[in-house]
Amino acid sequence: MKPFIRIASGQGFWGDLLRAPVDQVRKGPIDYLVMDYLAEVTMSILQKQKRKDPRLGYARDLIPLLEEILPDCVQRNIKIITNGGGVNPEGCSESIIELAHKMGIKGLKVGVVCGDDILDRVDEFHRQGIELRNMETSEPLEGIRQKLESANVYFGASPIAEALRMGAQIVVTGRTTDTGLTLAPMMYEFGWSENNWDKLAAGTITGHILECGGQASGGNFSGDWKSVPDLAHIGFPIAEAQPSGEVAITKHTGTGGMVTVQTIKEQLVYEIGDPKNYITPDCVADFTTIRLEQEGRDRVKVSGIRGGPATDLYKVSMAYLDGYTAFGTLTYSWPDALEKAKRADEILRTRLADLGLEFEEIRTEFLGYNSCHGPLAKVDQESNEVVLRVGVRGANFDSVERFGKELAPLILTGPPTVTGFAGGRPKAKEVISYWPALMPKTAVSPKVSVNQG
Amino acid sequence: MRVQLRQICHARSGDKGDTANIGLIALKQGFYHIIEIEVTAARVKRHFDGIVLGPVERFEIPNLGALNFLLHEALGGGGTKSLKNDAQGKTLSSALLRMEIDIDDNIRL
Repeated sequence: MKPFIRIASGQGFWGDLLRAPVDQVRKGPIDYLVMDYLAEVTMSILQKQKRKDPRLGYARDLIPLLEEILPDCVQRNIKIITNGGGVNPEGCSESIIELAHKMGIKGLKVGVVCGDDILDRVDEFHRQGIELRNMETSEPLEGIRQKLESANVYFGASPIAEALRMGAQIVVTGRTTDTGLTLAPMMYEFGWSENNWDKLAAGTITGHILECGGQASGGNFSGDWKSVPDLAHIGFPIAEAQPSGEVAITKHTGTGGMVTVQTIKEQLVYEIGDPKNYITPDCVADFTTIRLEQEGRDRVKVSGIRGGPATDLYKVSMAYLDGYTAFGTLTYSWPDALEKAKRADEILRTRLADLGLEFEEIRTEFLGYNSCHGPLAKVDQESNEVVLRVGVRGANFDSVERFGKELAPLILTGPPTVTGFAGGRPKAKEVISYWPALMPKTAVSPKVSVNQG
Repeated sequence: MRVQLRQICHARSGDKGDTANIGLIALKQGFYHIIEIEVTAARVKRHFDGIVLGPVERFEIPNLGALNFLLHEALGGGGTKSLKNDAQGKTLSSALLRMEIDIDDNIRL
C-alpha cells in the first residue's frame, strides 16, 4: 500500500478556470485528478442537449481538456475521476476513447458509472409506493410530474472505487456526490471497507474541502482577503491522504493563493446544514470532530474525524420547468442617480400594467446602492451612479418576452442621463426549479463497467 | 465596547434551494465564546428582518470556532427562480459581519 496518495482538485464547477486541471497535472506530483462539473440544475440542461443529439449530454469541455493532459496522465499514471458524464456517461466514455485513438494512445481503460438517471422510471417507482415527495416541502410529485426535465439519484464513492478496482484509468460518472469523487480513490488505494465510518467520514470531509476548487486555497476568502498572494495564478487544493484517514491539504509550490487554517475553515462551513450530520450516500460525517493544524506554509493537517453509518436512503435530484424569466439593466448617472432609477422603475411598471401583462413577480434592485444587503446597507452619500435592475418571472412566455421590449424605450422616454443598454433586449429564459427527494437504496443500483480503447 | 462582527470574525455563505447558510468563524479561538453567547439565532433573524422570511437555525462547531446559520426563505425562491441579483446568497456573509455587538473593553482585537 502507498504511504499516501495525492488527490488534486481540478474544477469547482462547470465553467471554472480551464487552466486549473492542466496546472494540477503539470506543476507537481499528483496521483488523482478529481473534477466536479454538476450543479443542481446542470442535469436538466444536459438532458435538453441529449434530446437534440443522443451523443451529447455530458460536459463537452472535458474532451479538449483531455486532449491537453491525457499524454501526461497516461505516462505518469495519474487517474482522472469526474462526474462530467452528466446524463450520458457512456457517450462521454466513447468520445474519450475516440480521442485516445486519435492521439495514438492505446488500451486506455475508461470506467463508467451510470444507473443514476431515473427519469424514465419515476412512474414505475410511484406504482411501487416510492412517492418522491419534495423532501423540503413534503409536496407530492404529481403537481410537477409532467414538467419533469431530469431525475437523478446521487450515488456515492463505492461505484467509483469499483471502477478503479476494475482497472479504470479514467472514471466518468453521472450524478455522483462531489465528495464521492475524492473519497473513492482513498477507499480503493487503502482498502477501506464500506462500514469503516470514521475513515469514510475523513474521506468525505476531504472531498468537501476539495469540491469547490480554489475556494479552499484563497479564492473568495473573506478574512484578510487583501493578504492572499497572486490570485491570478491560484493553485487549486491538493489532498495528501494517508491510510489512517489523516490528510494534509496543500497546493503545488510556485502557485498563487494560500492554504491556511482560515481558508480551510471557510470552505468547511460552505453550504452545510447540521454539522454533526453531514449526510452522503457513503456515511454521515461529523464536522464537530475535525482538527485543523497549520503544519507549514500552505499546508494544513486535517485529522480526528469521526463518522456514523450511512442512511438507507439515496437523495434524488430532480428538475422541472417552472415558467419563464427575464432581466434587464439601465445605468443612471449623477445627479439624482437613485431618484432617476426609481422614477424609471415606476414608469416601466405602469407601462407593464397598462399592457395587462401577467407576472408572478417583478423585482427591482438598485445595483451599487443596496442590491446585496437590502435594508442593512448604509448609504450616507449620494451615489455617482446607480444600475437599475428589473427582473420578471411568470408562467406566460409572451408576457415575459414583452417585458424585454419595454426596457430600452426608457432611454428616450424616461428620466435623463441613462446608459448601459448594450447587448440588446432581455430575452425570456426557462426557469428550471429544483425538486429534491429521497428514495430507498434498495430500489436502484449503480451500473459499473470499464471500456477499453 | 461596541464592535462590528467583521472585527472579530470572517464568514462564508452559500445556498441550498431557497435556504442560505452562513458560516461565521471567529478570527481567534478566544472570540468564539463571545459569538456563541451574542450571536443567537433570534438575533440573526432580527438582523435580517425583511430579507429572511422564514426561521433561522443555528448550529455550533466549537472545534472550528464557528457557528453555522441556516436562513430559510432567504433567496427569493432560490435557484434559477430567484429574481435577486444575489440569488445564491453569496454576499449574506458580509451582511452578517455588519452586525454590532457589545464586548468587554479589556478584550484585545
